[in-house]
Amino acid sequence: MKVNGEKYTPDGKSIEEILKERGLTKEMVAVELNEKILPKSEYGSYVPKENDVIEIVQFMGGGC
Amino acid sequence: MSDTFKLGEKEFTSRFILGSGKYSVDLIKAAVNEAHAQIITLSVRRTNTQKHENILEYIPDNVTLLPNTSGARNAGEAVRIAHLARELGCGDFVKIEIMGDTKYLLPDNNETIKATEILAKEGFTVLPYMYPDLYAARALRDAGAAAVMPLASPIGSNRGLSTKEFIQILIDEIDLPVIVDAGIGKPSEAAAAMEMGAAAVMSNTAIATSENIPLMASAFAEAISAGRKAFLAGTGRVLERGAESSDPLLGFLR
Repeated sequence: MKVNGEKYTPDGKSIEEILKERGLTKEMVAVELNEKILPKSEYGSYVPKENDVIEIVQFMGGGC
Repeated sequence: MSDTFKLGEKEFTSRFILGSGKYSVDLIKAAVNEAHAQIITLSVRRTNTQKHENILEYIPDNVTLLPNTSGARNAGEAVRIAHLARELGCGDFVKIEIMGDTKYLLPDNNETIKATEILAKEGFTVLPYMYPDLYAARALRDAGAAAVMPLASPIGSNRGLSTKEFIQILIDEIDLPVIVDAGIGKPSEAAAAMEMGAAAVMSNTAIATSENIPLMASAFAEAISAGRKAFLAGTGRVLERGAESSDPLLGFLR
């Protein structure tokens, strides 16, 4: 599986735990699971599987 | 007299929009405090491409966030980014930015029209960044855009209103706010855009690359306000030939 384009071996951690180990909070990010938005209510329960593609994004500066 | 303009359901008194591409805390403070920005654009990026800093902490709550879809190369990618932006929980405004070209960073009007149609139907307040073309602007309006955002000159160039005549056509023909975006380098150019009847001006590089950020932010605010007043007043006529005395033509001492 991949998280933000980098290989990641599924280790039983939920999305919420993956965010935590990256120093991120649920409020500051949006998460996509296989190109579909993963609702915030599922961060705690969803445990990524082999072949999942996860994207974790946040706002940063942008615009001309 | 209150002079406001509306985007979607929101009304704004400030006609200055800050881009935060070249962002610093100083720039945001200057834009909000000196230039009274009520709208700030942001981009959506992977979390591992940056320091763990949350730009939202520096933006006051009363400022409307305008996420852009920069990085998108086609309508599908722009729609995907817009969905992520909405999930980030700061409203349903989105600035569509689709560029297939990395040298000139020009927007792809065709893909922008497609994305505008999809996102407007989904209830987004859609502000498309565009090349100032009348047919494209009509199509964007018909697709449900809340405004159009034509470029003045290529992004980040500070070269000013090189598309002036074509922006004027959009202002004259399109019944939507026209927000002049990208390439404005000086306050005088922002004033000129406002005199032409633009609803607002967006800027980032011009302020971020100046030597005194707060002073330049305040210069932009004054220029935008002066240009707006001139537009509302209606500029005086221009004589094709010759001159016309403004003094009484009688009682000369001769």
